[in-house]
Amino acid sequence: MNIIWFWALGAMLIAYAVLDGYDLGVGTISLWLTRTDQERRIALNAVGPVWNGNEVWLLAAGGMLVVSFPRVYAVGFSGFYLALMVVLWLLILRGVSIEFRHQIDHPMWHALWDAGFWFGSALLSLLLGVALGNVLHGLPLGAEGFFQGTFTLMLNPYSLLTGILSLAVLAWHGTTFLRTKTEGDLLERVRRWSSALWWLSALLVILTTAATFVVRPALLTNYWAYPIAWLLPLAAAAGLVAGFLCRNEERDSEAFLSSTLTIVALLGSAAASVYPNLLMSTVSPDYSLTIYNAASSPHALMTAFIANIFGMIGVIVYSTYVHRTFSGKVHLGEHGY
Amino acid sequence: MTDPIFAHRVQFAMTVMFHYLFPILTMGLGFFIALYSTMYLRTGDRRYGDAARFWAKIFAVNFALGVVTGIPLEFEFGTNWSRFSSYGGGVFGQTLPMEGVYAFFLESSFLGLFLFGERRVSRVVHSLAGIGVSLGSLLSGYFIVATDAWMQHPVGYTMDPDGSLRLTSFWQVLLNPYAGWQYLHTVNGALVTAAFVIGGVGAFYLLEGRHPEFARLSVKTAVIAGVILTITQAFPTGDLNSRNIVRYQPVKLASMEGLFETKAGAPIAIIGMPDAEAGELVDPIYVPDVLSFLAYGNLRASVDGLNSYPEELWPPVELTYYTYHIMVGLGTLFILQMLAGLFLLWRQRLFTSRWFLWTLMFAVPFTYIANEAGWIVAEVGRQPWVVYGLLKTAQGTSPNVFAAETIFTTLGFAGIYALLAMLFLLLVGRIVLKGPEGTLARVM
Repeated sequence: MNIIWFWALGAMLIAYAVLDGYDLGVGTISLWLTRTDQERRIALNAVGPVWNGNEVWLLAAGGMLVVSFPRVYAVGFSGFYLALMVVLWLLILRGVSIEFRHQIDHPMWHALWDAGFWFGSALLSLLLGVALGNVLHGLPLGAEGFFQGTFTLMLNPYSLLTGILSLAVLAWHGTTFLRTKTEGDLLERVRRWSSALWWLSALLVILTTAATFVVRPALLTNYWAYPIAWLLPLAAAAGLVAGFLCRNEERDSEAFLSSTLTIVALLGSAAASVYPNLLMSTVSPDYSLTIYNAASSPHALMTAFIANIFGMIGVIVYSTYVHRTFSGKVHLGEHGY
Repeated sequence: MTDPIFAHRVQFAMTVMFHYLFPILTMGLGFFIALYSTMYLRTGDRRYGDAARFWAKIFAVNFALGVVTGIPLEFEFGTNWSRFSSYGGGVFGQTLPMEGVYAFFLESSFLGLFLFGERRVSRVVHSLAGIGVSLGSLLSGYFIVATDAWMQHPVGYTMDPDGSLRLTSFWQVLLNPYAGWQYLHTVNGALVTAAFVIGGVGAFYLLEGRHPEFARLSVKTAVIAGVILTITQAFPTGDLNSRNIVRYQPVKLASMEGLFETKAGAPIAIIGMPDAEAGELVDPIYVPDVLSFLAYGNLRASVDGLNSYPEELWPPVELTYYTYHIMVGLGTLFILQMLAGLFLLWRQRLFTSRWFLWTLMFAVPFTYIANEAGWIVAEVGRQPWVVYGLLKTAQGTSPNVFAAETIFTTLGFAGIYALLAMLFLLLVGRIVLKGPEGTLARVM
């Protein structure tokens, strides 16, 4: 059950990264990509009806973490107190930027919330990557079980690199998403950006992978123990190659699928490398929080699993339905963002 | 100021109270929107469709703020109260993710469909989406109240030898006997606020002489729903919720009522000022025996006073007492006001009685105060416990967070929330000024 929970949580966070990832990416790049108010609105309407549902994956994953591995939730969240408060403020800023921009028709009002949407999206993409970097890098967990996440601790060079990687990959993912949503001139511009961001992402993926081997060679242990895990990094590479093949031609939805595959496989590889740890201690492996020593009782894990699995199936069904309803190119109508 | 527990309390209290301003209307208004859109589907009367669309616009702004201010709370369980989460997460955490999975997804996904999908789906699906939004927000409320109810009255667990809690019964946690009436009382309170908001906007238009059709529908909806809801707020939901407090948290009840001494035939105090240090209620006006009757259905029953409990287990008596009296006092006034409205409706003077319309408008903020006051009674009255009888609030904090960090971020939240409040009023104000007839034109 502990193992199932590890992968269930992993899957939810990956779903979050893929879904909210594209709207974070759109936020990061749309300010540069779009030239007129009309084009900005197209970009916003592409994410407007779905961002909220996408963000809920993060909330649900947070809730699942409380019930499954309460110690990880307690230690990680309190350790990163200040950083998480900043994340919260950014989530607030981004949410209201999307929802408030269309409420008043005035160029300065629009400019204000465009900036908010950009700032919130870009900084969040970066910080989520930094958080992941810290999880991979390990934290100074001692015998007392808590740590204090100072800024120098969190913003170590390795985590900054993963932060920049996350910023680039999500921006690329945002452009591939917009390729399925836009037309004409704007689409041409999106394609150019998409291809540039592909190069940046590919470069950073290689750089980060190399850095990981140097900083934490132990992360490879699982790959030698379970060779099947190599499929995940291979899939990431395949995603990148597919992204390259789809960069110029008319293969817009395929491009989106390849950036999705890249993100899923990259995060899957990261999960496979830390397993069975959830928060690794840099002090001693004995102090690491694992899926065994940080978990709720077996009964609690089983109950929470059954209690939520039907809901999750339902969630997948209706978020598919909502995505389908709003699929296709964006046409600006009377209603909308 | 340098006491970390106090800083954590202030931060949580401020963020949760600001957040709760929005779910009140989400839960309440969602029901009325579903009602209007169902009426529209059944009768085809355009007024209902216009009303549903108008309130959906306000709902959307309100919902967005509810979402963004709600996220911090889930984080704060871990950031501010990590020892509490680590202690009971496996038990109280059962209901928390279910809120996200079942309720919240339903709510946010259907809201997108309801607001922007009217042209893309059939009218039946659109109306069902409205019902989905309403059900989602009501369900969301249940899971949160159930989580709170577990903190008020922990059930379905055993304690391991090392002192941590282990879940034994999911159903006991989900169907906590404390949760039922607390939930109905909460939702009923939200519906009361929504009825007053609808009536308040209708009254504003009538006083202004604009949008008469919409305004009459709104005021009438408010008065008819309001009469029922303000009464059910007191009885049965409020009354039976109090019985649970009598049964499970008698010391909270004693603080609410300012009852310092255990007494047979205990009175209720209509007014009076509690002085916890002196242990007495100053200048009270009593109605004899009523408290015994309300608590046990028997005029002579003995009700525990604060003196039956050691002082370190008392909640802050004054705050609990005053907020409780504010809630009950306002609730009583709302009943009288709505009965007056019903009388005017019967005499066919409802839409022309300007004094009544003014009071309806001005009552709106007080309904929010009554809701918030009720939650202060529930949560402050639970102190010094975070999990009643098991874990003190002081034992639930994060040991690795400095008071200064919490104070700094609390100030940050205060600033951001002040801004959000201004934006909310600005945007809702604009929607109201523009009026329901603009609904079909492009306003979003």
